[in-house]
Amino acid sequence: MGWIRFLRRGRWDVERARELEAHIDIETDENIARGLAPDEARWAARRKLGNELRIREEIYGMNTIASLDALGRDLRYGVRFLRRTPGFTAVAVLSLALGIGANTAIFQVIDALRLRTLPVPRPEELVEVRIAKPRSRAGNFYGRYSELTNPVWEQVRARQEAFSGVAAWGTTRFDLAEGGAVRRAQGLYVSGGFFDVLGVTAAHGRVLTLADDRPGCAGTVAVISHAFWQREYGGDRAVLGCTLLLEGHAFDIIGITPSTFHGVDVGRSFDVAVPICAAAVINPDAGLTEQAHVWWLSALGRLRPGWTSQRATAHLRAISPSVFQQTLSSWFDPEPAKGYLAFTLEAAPCASGFSSLRTQYSSPLWLLFGLSGLVLLASCVNLANLLLAKASTREREIGVRLASGASRWRIVQQLLTESVLLAALGTAGGVGLARVLSGLLVASLSTGQNPLFVNLPMDWRLIGFAIAIALITTLAFGLAPALRATATPVVQLVKSGGRGGTIDRGHHGLRATLVIVQVALSMVMVGSATLFALSLRNLSTFDTGHRRDGVWVAELSMGRLALPDDQVPAALRALLDRLRSIPGVESVARTAIVPMAGMSMADDIRIEGAATTTQLTYFHRVGPGYFRTTGVPLLSGRDFDARDDVRSRRVAIVNRTFATRLLASPAALGRVFHAQTAPNTWAPYEIVGIAEDAVYSDVRDPVPPVAYLAIDQDQEPDRGPVFLIHSRLSPSVLSTSVTRAIAEVGPAIAVEFSSLSAIVGGNTQRERLLAELSGSFGILALVLSAVGIYGVLSYLVARRRQEIGVRLALGSTRSAIVRLVARDSLRWIGAGLVLGGGLAVVAANAARSMLFGLAPTDPTALIIAAAMLALSGAAATIVPALRAARLHPTGALREE
Amino acid sequence: MPKRGSAPLDGELLQGTLDLLVLKTLLLGPAHGHTIAHAIERRSDEVLQVEYGSLYPALHRLEDRGWIASFWGTSENNRRARYYRLTPAGRTQLVQQENRWDLLVQAVNRIVKPVTE
Repeated sequence: MGWIRFLRRGRWDVERARELEAHIDIETDENIARGLAPDEARWAARRKLGNELRIREEIYGMNTIASLDALGRDLRYGVRFLRRTPGFTAVAVLSLALGIGANTAIFQVIDALRLRTLPVPRPEELVEVRIAKPRSRAGNFYGRYSELTNPVWEQVRARQEAFSGVAAWGTTRFDLAEGGAVRRAQGLYVSGGFFDVLGVTAAHGRVLTLADDRPGCAGTVAVISHAFWQREYGGDRAVLGCTLLLEGHAFDIIGITPSTFHGVDVGRSFDVAVPICAAAVINPDAGLTEQAHVWWLSALGRLRPGWTSQRATAHLRAISPSVFQQTLSSWFDPEPAKGYLAFTLEAAPCASGFSSLRTQYSSPLWLLFGLSGLVLLASCVNLANLLLAKASTREREIGVRLASGASRWRIVQQLLTESVLLAALGTAGGVGLARVLSGLLVASLSTGQNPLFVNLPMDWRLIGFAIAIALITTLAFGLAPALRATATPVVQLVKSGGRGGTIDRGHHGLRATLVIVQVALSMVMVGSATLFALSLRNLSTFDTGHRRDGVWVAELSMGRLALPDDQVPAALRALLDRLRSIPGVESVARTAIVPMAGMSMADDIRIEGAATTTQLTYFHRVGPGYFRTTGVPLLSGRDFDARDDVRSRRVAIVNRTFATRLLASPAALGRVFHAQTAPNTWAPYEIVGIAEDAVYSDVRDPVPPVAYLAIDQDQEPDRGPVFLIHSRLSPSVLSTSVTRAIAEVGPAIAVEFSSLSAIVGGNTQRERLLAELSGSFGILALVLSAVGIYGVLSYLVARRRQEIGVRLALGSTRSAIVRLVARDSLRWIGAGLVLGGGLAVVAANAARSMLFGLAPTDPTALIIAAAMLALSGAAATIVPALRAARLHPTGALREE
Repeated sequence: MPKRGSAPLDGELLQGTLDLLVLKTLLLGPAHGHTIAHAIERRSDEVLQVEYGSLYPALHRLEDRGWIASFWGTSENNRRARYYRLTPAGRTQLVQQENRWDLLVQAVNRIVKPVTE
């Protein structure tokens, strides 16, 4: 009722005006009838009615809600004010939008990775079934979440009573091509009950069921994701029943998952899901389905009604001994076997799914969240300062309003309304910006080898977050200036009239403090940006011991050739010869793992004649020419050559760390160590060469003791060989030549071609992200602090025009005036740098683990940051200082 | 915001009285503001002079409370005018207000003109 009246108050008023008009007409008619002249009659009628406007106002007052009406007026007034000062408005809205946008974007990614639950029914019932804190597991590991072996999974499925359903899944990559250049698809192996346990039904067709997942399944079927369906088939429904080629094996497409479902691996999506039993067909050599030392699955369960994860853990613990007893592999040595039997299973809540990104990017994201918070804070401080300057030019207006009876609260309210308007505009811009930024953030973490997918919907959580920070910001930048502007006694306000002779110490003090805070915040941001930039530079210019450019990696898959074991070595030799004969290729070598790409192989060895019995050593199986190709120098001895084959004595080349740490003598050549070629089978290796240390698996790790073994002495046929190629040819020319050369040997061989530097670069994503984002924040902070210093100095110079005029008139030199103005600025910058330098060290200390090759207190970084801030501060100082010095004394004095 | 639903005779006697007079006038039939004022003045033998400045807000208040309703009509000399009529709620209100007026008058009379036997 009241609201309706409020909303219709305008129309009511029009009605009243018409009614009163009619009243006057009638009265006029009567007056004319009484004999008055028409003009006179109307005047008499008006006089009798009294003040028409006052009557209407009284009625309007009955209809309105005073505070809302005032708000509307304030908003209109605010809009007018902001439009009158477009420069200020632009700076304010832009800095707020950047601050809010950065915060919202990073929150969005954190939310998507950490806080959001899976888009399935009752996600809180889902738990992960895993081994509780396994100390160390021996065996082979495949995929991203290699928690369980297939035998363990089958035991869990058979014995558990805690869940209404359990499911297992493993990740893999499928090649969709028939041969030649590889086309990758993200694959999932899932147990038959996977979709059912999650509660996911097919959007079209059907999902996999228990019947599809039988040991030795022959009729192989696949479910594809909505995104893959759109991308590969343009969303054509006729795809159901069609054949899909995975690693050269045909699968029937039986269904398409809903567009909201992206699997349980948060941060990645899947393209194709096939039953676990299909692993035996696709990858028969790996022993995925039958071997109890092959870890490649992860399991999840849906709790029975009334069960908690604690109760489920107790139950799983109880069945653990029999599960591990039943699945103990003969592959294990006695020591690992004892550890294996002691494993216990547990249930851990996983309503928000699984995510390796979560752990990998957790600390960088929180750190960036903190830094973006600082950006927002710096924007607020800057705005507060700008608003203070604005308020000082409005002193007289505010004074007049206070003097004519406006309450202080009413004026604070009005000033705050302007801040709210700014914040609203900034938030709108920020939310729009966040959409773009979060997408870019995820894209910048993604590489061709490792595509990421993070579902980033715009929903109430995000809007809520943006509005919450907008409100906090408004109070942060708007309240202080509003209170300050209305705190000065009225008389003084009206008298000074915005251009007084003296400087109010209170205003000056607050504004100087704000500038110091701003410089300090900027110092923290610029300081950490410099640290991360130097860290990235250290990482990317770090001497890894390898040749940096012109080294290419060709990863082959010969599975589809279906060669018998004894023909594989000949095929490998043919490939090597063909690659070496490409004009422009300088050298080619086969390797088992790509150096510096995060891959590793390690085992204990026994060294003949050494005091300690076993030593952990990292292995690198390489062919002849590896050292020439990678540029790792051989210090002594010889490279592997054609003599080193399966029939000859096993040989090894060790790195310098191996020689000095494990052998502890320079006479390493000719020494012998023993290593396992198969479980419990030890073989002697003679050291024939020593190589210089080179980074093994990760640039960030110190070089471990490494033994290079001759890959041609391996007993197992290598159907997935990796070739390193050193060539100065351009990538496109080389990749074409390499693909053609390989196709000549076998058209069904799949090839993936990339550069070593790209693979290594993929490992520095985290550092790159930190450096780039903190760098942009740092630049923003620099600009904000410069704007702050410039704004305050300009204001001070404007207020001191007369003082400066007097000084000039009395013979002060212009350089003295510049010094006078610059003195304040230098004091603020100095104080800010000291304060911020301390804070920067504290902040960097928290990020210590994310720095490479420098300490958090690195003086170079701090000096660079301080110099940049000092420079930008000086630039912001010079303009107002020169303006002060160029003042014309008579002009300035005449103004009074 | 005006307070609604409070007893009209509480507080300002004059305002409550004006409400009563308006309601009573409208009992005779629909009328516009000008006629209402004239009717009150005529029927009180010009003793009561209606201030237009109070009349129109009073009409608005009564309409807001649902005691009278308004519509646009044509006056005796062919002028468009806003007419008011009594609503059923207004009739009930009129009875109540008359009773309270009687009480008030009797009470005041008991003090001003004590009955002497």
